Amino acid sequence: MNNDEIRASLLKRSRASKNELFGKIISGLCIAIIVAVVVSIFYFVASKGLATFFHDKVNLWKFLTGTIWNPSTTDAQGHPQVGALPMIIGSFAVTFLAAIVATPFAIGAAVFMTEISPRIGRKVLQPVIELLVGIPSVVYGFIGLSVVVPFVRHTFGGSGFGILSGTFVLFVMILPTVTSMTVDALNSVPRNYREASLALGATRWQTIYKVVLRASVSGIITAVVFGMSRAFGEALAVQMVIGNAMLLPSNLISPASTLTSVLTMGMGNSVMGSLSNNALWSLALLLLIMPLIFNIIIRWIGKRGAMH
Amino acid sequence: MQEYDKSERYLKDLDDGKREIALSTDDLHVSYGTHEAIHGVSLAFERFKITALIGASGSGKSTYLRSLNRMNDNIAGTKVTGKIMYRGLDINGNNIDVYEMRKHIGMVFQQPNPFAKSIYENITFALKRHGEKRKDVLDETVERTLKQAGLWKQVKDDLHQSALALSGGQQQRLCIARAIAMKPDILLLDEPASVLDPVSTATVEDTLMELKKDYTIVIVTHNMQQAGRISDYTAFFHLGDALEYDETRKIFTRPKIKATEDYVSGHFG
Amino acid sequence: MNARKWDKVATTILYLISIFIIFVLAFLLLYILVSGLPNVSWHFITGRSSSFQAGGGIGIQLFNSIYLLVLAMLISVPLSVGAGIYLSEYAPKNWLTNLVRNAIEILSSLPSVVVGLFGFLVFSINMKFGFSILSGALALTVFNLPLLTRKVEDSLQSIHYTQREAGYALGLSRWETVIHVVVPAALPGIITGMILGMGRIFGEAAALIYTAGQSSPPLDFSNWNPLYIASPLNPLRSAETLAVHIWKINSEGIIPDATKVSAASSAILVLFVLLLNFAARYVGNRLYGRLTGVKERK
Repeated sequence: MNNDEIRASLLKRSRASKNELFGKIISGLCIAIIVAVVVSIFYFVASKGLATFFHDKVNLWKFLTGTIWNPSTTDAQGHPQVGALPMIIGSFAVTFLAAIVATPFAIGAAVFMTEISPRIGRKVLQPVIELLVGIPSVVYGFIGLSVVVPFVRHTFGGSGFGILSGTFVLFVMILPTVTSMTVDALNSVPRNYREASLALGATRWQTIYKVVLRASVSGIITAVVFGMSRAFGEALAVQMVIGNAMLLPSNLISPASTLTSVLTMGMGNSVMGSLSNNALWSLALLLLIMPLIFNIIIRWIGKRGAMH
Repeated sequence: MQEYDKSERYLKDLDDGKREIALSTDDLHVSYGTHEAIHGVSLAFERFKITALIGASGSGKSTYLRSLNRMNDNIAGTKVTGKIMYRGLDINGNNIDVYEMRKHIGMVFQQPNPFAKSIYENITFALKRHGEKRKDVLDETVERTLKQAGLWKQVKDDLHQSALALSGGQQQRLCIARAIAMKPDILLLDEPASVLDPVSTATVEDTLMELKKDYTIVIVTHNMQQAGRISDYTAFFHLGDALEYDETRKIFTRPKIKATEDYVSGHFG
Repeated sequence: MNARKWDKVATTILYLISIFIIFVLAFLLLYILVSGLPNVSWHFITGRSSSFQAGGGIGIQLFNSIYLLVLAMLISVPLSVGAGIYLSEYAPKNWLTNLVRNAIEILSSLPSVVVGLFGFLVFSINMKFGFSILSGALALTVFNLPLLTRKVEDSLQSIHYTQREAGYALGLSRWETVIHVVVPAALPGIITGMILGMGRIFGEAAALIYTAGQSSPPLDFSNWNPLYIASPLNPLRSAETLAVHIWKINSEGIIPDATKVSAASSAILVLFVLLLNFAARYVGNRLYGRLTGVKERK
């Protein structure tokens, strides 16, 4: 190439710069599609879910605190009976109970994997946890139905369906997630904290309990809240063992229901646009909002953890 | 670090009509965000010569070098002002196609960075992307550039092996071969020997001396012996300014500036 | 008790917890495989399911699961690769990018049943796709996109910046450098993520109940023209997948051998997921080895 050719080529838009523009547009479009999906999920679910309150004039407070769910009938004042409290309580009950049971196991396993035997942790427990995550939710539901429900029935009486069975199933389902996030939290504690503690004559357990766990409290809480978010949104496995009775649960072994179970059962049996359908969409909206709240809690914990 | 009077400078003006200038900068400033790293550097590089940029770490020599083919464009928040003249064009202007420009002004980096591809692919990949499809031309280029980089004998039977299996020194020479496969006018090297052992360094230096016949070379180095061995001109950078620019021989024997003298005699840096 | 004794007790408890978790997985796998595999036969894998009597198979459900998996991956892989590239290579550091990242994180934290209901509303009803393969594949795409995108972004970010500079210095555009240098180098991570995503999709049911539907019309396996109404490839037919089938026969309980069929179907589902898990490891390691010329991944 002579001088003039080179000068000309420098001043022209090259193949590469056209190619660059093309790439920017294509990849930008992909991300725009994803954002559009998120926005439309919120738009569509909210527009349906809010219709109960704006179109059908159901009182939000009554919706959240009412105990009778029977949208096709009206109460003494002529208001439709769409009280979501039984499902809300059901959802929160299984979520909190599962988290309460899972947390000690998750912390124990995570401490084992990071502090006691990292080798066994990496070679055995890590793959075990990955496989547990991989088992589909319907399989958990099926095992819940054929193992957990009969076990609860024989041990505690009743039908076996109910919050207790749901708790057991969710416990196993969120355990791997909470464990692996707790492992990350423990691993982020600097090594010299442990060494300093051991050098001062503390036993391994004292070091774990007083130093490592203390230093990673916010990480562990984040893991548990994340697990709760998962548990709250889990649908089929819970629906298969909870009994699906839309009653205010009076104990742990009587049939109950959750937001997700009502949705999976009911959506197909109602007519679009009817009040009973809109009321279901309101439950879906609740399910949509809850992960956001869990998310905000996680961030808040993260910020507080960062400050300390 | 000792304070030096930065107004005390000696910058030899090579652009005096007696020689051919391949590349020059005029009052080049580089800033990251609010921090200015280069405070207006004007240097001219003679064609088919090796120019070394020396100076302590943080002196701005690498930043300056990376601006010459606008590699800093890719780092968010970086601003480069002033002129970079190449073939009568200010290549720092918006009307310049940077991708085309970088075909003429190639670069070899401090860290050897071969692609995770075969040796053959490393050299031919960019050529193919730029439209060269003829197998014989590609084969010829691979052989020629590997010979020029002093690597051919060692790898000629393993051309289709992964380049990542090569040693550090071999990888760096492959990167040089890859750069000259583009037939650039100018080759910029950013401390190409800093991570290499002495034997590999010597080979890379031999390679550069060989390449000088066909290419204009600008090399950043923190190794003064290296600068003394291979370069024709040397520029001394200090805290974002070029304080002295002269023939290498003069810089190392009779520097005109106190800061340069202290640096080349090992008093700081 | 003194500190040393506590240390022993605590260590013992930690061992017990770990053993318990291993035991849970062992029990789950053994239970599924022992109760399921004896019921798996060629007839079961390929046969038609029955609505009322015992002895039905899962042929069509299995086919539907695989077809949906393939379609969903065909849509979500290019989208997530594009989006991952944008986030990793192009996205400027500003509030808008932060917002986009948050949106993706929210999408990944949404319950799959909500994704299914959204799919039902938008794909099945508003777009009039009905209960169909197409609606199901789109819902699975929504479900799959955030995780794949993040995986792609992480894999790209793990490739050192000097690789990109090498490309730029040769006069290549960023896009070319990403597509031909960074993506191939990041391929082990990306492929591993994709395969694990396949496992998630294959076992997903909640997102499909109201999108792909809960029934399977008879199929004519001799006509593969996608426009033919009974063609297995017809994207507008409803398609109950294996996972939905397990859920449905258990919650409806009409067929007498529901437990047997569920156990066998679960066994197949779990085997498939296990297979994908091992494939992810194997393929990841092999690709890594092939790219770097290094035999074993450390």
